[in-house]
Amino acid sequence: MKETLIIAGFGGQGVLSMGKILAYSGVMQDYEVTWMPSYGPEMRGGTANVTVILSDRKISSPIAHEFDTAIILNQQSMEKFEPMVRAGGVLIYDTNGITRHPVRDDISVYAIDATAECAKLGQAKLFNTMILGGYLKVRPVVNMENVMIGLKKSLPERAWKMLPANEQAIIHGGEIIRKIR
Amino acid sequence: MTEKEVRLMKGNEVIAHAAIRYGCDGYFGYPITPQSEVMETLMELKPWETTGMVVLQAESEISSINMVYGGAATGKRVMTSSSSPGISLMAEGLSYLAGAELPCLVINCQRGGPGLGTIQPSQGDYFQAVKGGGHGDYHLIVFAPNSVQEMHDHVAEAFDLAFKYRNPAMILADGAIGQMMEKVVLAPQRPRKTNAEIKAECDAWAAMGKSSGRGRNVVTSLELQSEKMELINRRLQDKYKALEENEVRFEAIECDDADYVIVAFGSSARICSATVELARAQGLKVGLLRPVTLYPFPTKQIAALAARGVKGFLSAELNAGQMVEDVRLAVNGKAPVEHYGRQGGMLFNPDEVLEALKEKLIKK
Repeated sequence: MKETLIIAGFGGQGVLSMGKILAYSGVMQDYEVTWMPSYGPEMRGGTANVTVILSDRKISSPIAHEFDTAIILNQQSMEKFEPMVRAGGVLIYDTNGITRHPVRDDISVYAIDATAECAKLGQAKLFNTMILGGYLKVRPVVNMENVMIGLKKSLPERAWKMLPANEQAIIHGGEIIRKIR
Repeated sequence: MTEKEVRLMKGNEVIAHAAIRYGCDGYFGYPITPQSEVMETLMELKPWETTGMVVLQAESEISSINMVYGGAATGKRVMTSSSSPGISLMAEGLSYLAGAELPCLVINCQRGGPGLGTIQPSQGDYFQAVKGGGHGDYHLIVFAPNSVQEMHDHVAEAFDLAFKYRNPAMILADGAIGQMMEKVVLAPQRPRKTNAEIKAECDAWAAMGKSSGRGRNVVTSLELQSEKMELINRRLQDKYKALEENEVRFEAIECDDADYVIVAFGSSARICSATVELARAQGLKVGLLRPVTLYPFPTKQIAALAARGVKGFLSAELNAGQMVEDVRLAVNGKAPVEHYGRQGGMLFNPDEVLEALKEKLIKK
C-alpha cells in the first residue's frame, strides 16, 4: 500500500491540519508516513498545501512529481495540481469558487460541496474534516477507528469537546461526496 | 505497534526533544524561520523544571553563539540553532570555538540565500559548513540528517563526537527536514552530567574552578607567539586527520553494481533515493552514495567507486554546485562528475534528477 496525496487550498481552510489528522491516523495503522508542508508566511487567504504519503514500506522521497490523489480546494490549486494527478488517480474538489472544473478524462473525479454544506449547518470549522470524510469514502486508506485516534492526537486537549462534531462531519462528508466521472 | 513509543513530529521539534533527552545543559538561541520550532518546543517542554536544562532566548545570534562559548568553556553540553543568515552572524564565534577547542552543537536549518534570501529549503551553506565560514584553518564536525529520525539521532552522535574531539559540531539540516513530520522513536531520558562527572571528564581543560595539583585552565584561542600558534594549528590538524580516519559516516544504496552513482546529502538524498528506484525500474544501474558526515567527507568511499569503474557521478544538491567539488577531488579524474541543482528555495523531484542524470552522463 502506498498513497501519495496532495491537499491544496487557501490558508485558513485547515489544509495542513487535515494532512496532520491523516498522517496521525496512518501512524496508528502502523504505516510509514511523511507530512511535507509548503510552509511560508502564515496568513489567511495565502495558498497552502501539504503532501502526505502513507506506505507500508519505508518512504524514499517526501517530494512527489505525481500524486495518487489530489484534494483541491481553490482555483489556483486546480491549475497547478490537476496535471500532477497520475493517470488512473483520483481528484477530489470542492466546487465552491471553482471557475474551471477538471478536464482530464484519464482520472476519477469527485466533487464535494463542503463549503456550502458547512455554511448551511453554520459550522465553518468542520470544513476540513468533512472533506477528509469524503476522501476516506473514496480512498479508505485508514480505518475509522484509527482516524478518530488520529483526530484526537492532532487536536490540543482544549479542543477535544469538538471530537463528536468532527466525527459526524467525517461521516457526513462520506455521504455528500459524489462521483463526476 | 512496537513497545517503543512512536511519535509524529517535525524535524525541528524533535531536535528539542532529543536535546533534553540527551541531557543537554543549555540552549541559547534567537528565532528565525524555518527553525523557530526548536526554541518554541523547548519553551513548551520547560526542561528547566525537569532536567534543569537552561533555555534562553538571547538578544541576537551573536549573543547566542558567545553564550555557547561560555557554557562550553565550563565543560557543559550546550547548543544553539539558527538558519543560514543567523549562522553567518555566528561565524566568528564558530572560529573562536574551534580555536579554543570547545565542544558544542550548532544546528543550521538552511534556507535559500545569499543575503536574507528566502525561507524555503536550500543546501547553499555546504561550503560555509565544511570549508569554514569563520576565519582560520579549522573544521566543524558536520552531520547531514535525511529524516526526522536522523535529526533526533544526530543530536546525540554530534554531541558525543564534539566531546570526544573537543570540537564544535554542526547538524546541517534544511527547511524541508526541519518542517517535515515523520514517525520518530525518542531515546530514553538520560540524566544531565553532574559537576563531579564533568570534572572527571573535562578537568584537563574546562574552566570550572581550579583543582589542586594542576595549573590554571585558560580557555582561549589567542596565542601571540607564532611558534606556539603553529604548534596549536598542528595539533588541530592532527585532530582533523583523526576525524577523517575514524569518523566518516555514509550510506551506500545500490552502489555495488552501479554504473552511475548519485552523490547527495540530507533532503536531496531522500529525493534521490526515489530516483534510484525509478532508474532501476527502467533497467538503469544507478546507485546513491549519501554522506552522513559532510566533514569528515567519504572521500575514500567515492574514490573506491571510481576505481571500481563507475562510469559517472552526479552530485545532486539544492545549490549551484558546492559538494560537487569534493566529489571531483575524490574521483580525481577517473570518471566524469556533473552537478544538478535547484536554488533559491526550490526543490527538485526524483524525475528531474533522473532526467539530469540521463542528459548529463548516460546519453554522453
